[in-house]
Amino acid sequence: MANNDSTQRTLLVAVVLCIVCALVVSSAAVMLKPAQVVNKALDRKANILAAAGMLVPGESVEAQFEQVTTKIVDLRTGKFTDEVSVESFDQAKVAKNSDTSIALGEDDLAKIKRRENYAMVYLIGQEGNFDKVILPVRGYGLWSTLYGFLALENDFNTVVGLGFYQHGETPGLGGEIDNPKWKAIWPGKEIYADGDVAIQLIKGNVDSSTPGAVNKVDALSGATLTSRGVSNLLQFWMGELGYQQFLNNLRSGEA
Amino acid sequence: MSTMRDALTKPIIQNNPIALQILGICSALAVTSSLKVTLVMCISVTLVTAFSSLAVSLIRNQIPGSIRIIVQMVIIASLVIVVDQLLKAYAFAISKQLSVFVGLIITNCIVMGRAEGFAMKNPPLASFVDGIGNGLGYSVVLISVAVVRELFGSGKLLGYEILPLITDGGWYVPNGLLLLPPSAFFLIGIFIWIVRSVKKDQVEKAEFKITKNTRSVKEAF
Repeated sequence: MANNDSTQRTLLVAVVLCIVCALVVSSAAVMLKPAQVVNKALDRKANILAAAGMLVPGESVEAQFEQVTTKIVDLRTGKFTDEVSVESFDQAKVAKNSDTSIALGEDDLAKIKRRENYAMVYLIGQEGNFDKVILPVRGYGLWSTLYGFLALENDFNTVVGLGFYQHGETPGLGGEIDNPKWKAIWPGKEIYADGDVAIQLIKGNVDSSTPGAVNKVDALSGATLTSRGVSNLLQFWMGELGYQQFLNNLRSGEA
Repeated sequence: MSTMRDALTKPIIQNNPIALQILGICSALAVTSSLKVTLVMCISVTLVTAFSSLAVSLIRNQIPGSIRIIVQMVIIASLVIVVDQLLKAYAFAISKQLSVFVGLIITNCIVMGRAEGFAMKNPPLASFVDGIGNGLGYSVVLISVAVVRELFGSGKLLGYEILPLITDGGWYVPNGLLLLPPSAFFLIGIFIWIVRSVKKDQVEKAEFKITKNTRSVKEAF
């Protein structure tokens, strides 16, 4: 007890403690990783189904997901491609690799720096006659990148649902993008007006008397920057650099 | 053996960490709007308190006084990360709901308070039991607050409908205030009031009493 307070002793205790704690924490993280990855994948699938308004709570997500067709789209041509396999597709890797993505520079509305050339999309219904399409979207909010899914009807214009499955916005303010009440105002909104991306979040209530109400969504109060982020990311991903070409191809049956 | 039992049972009502020591209020406000989340939070806090007290107590004779708070923090933080990882692996939906509050167990004063106040001076087993006891004390308050909030705020308990809501064709008009954090203040206040009415010895003595002013007006000016 007497020497406990010497400098050497203090350093020794600090170092040993750090090593022991680091070992405990890292081994827990490594050992639990597989279970967490499975959970994350399931959560992603549940979110895809939820965006399409098809998630039945209490039933196996895996079984429900069987009605979804997963395909890869080449965003440069807007057509389905087999160049990349669905199984090995890793969006984060593809977006980082300079061979498979483009730097955005000035056009970086969603603040994602690089856009991948391939995107994994989810389709519901028969080949050539899809009922719904679910597109992954992402963009920067206030603190974090928002990752989500946007589901569209088979006119490829009307929103079925929008949901974010990963973000780090302030709980209670920007975090309200998860609020079911806010999500419930999205279905029925339209992305395009006269062929241009028109969807945007605006301040104040949107009702039927608002001009262009079908393209406008009530922004989150107290979360101006998060709302702007959502507006921007939708405008980017629905625009020419995003899925516009692909959606046009789907509409004309040329995808 | 009676001290061991005291360490376990005393914190539940007599020396309740929330009601008497007013520790750990932050998470009591945040996670009590639904019972299921509350239960997971209570289990997590109880385990973290118990094992951090155990660990601190095991090495209490080695810890240099100058860095003892840091040592306690490191132990607590490591345990909390392990709990967080476990929840992410085995209870993903709940871990999403608890989100930041699992991480905030680190700053829960109960954990730190027991490590510093009890485990530093007592043997491992007693510290472990004390940790469990204080965790249970925390749980008692949280669960009772959560039961009231979920039952009267959304008419359900653990997700099962108890009071049919008027919006679903029932008769009960839910009290929206109870779902908001401030309601927990009222409920904890009422809880403390009840406990102190029964156990009068918990009522604190006033710290000072204003003495009668003996000076005359002339002296004052």
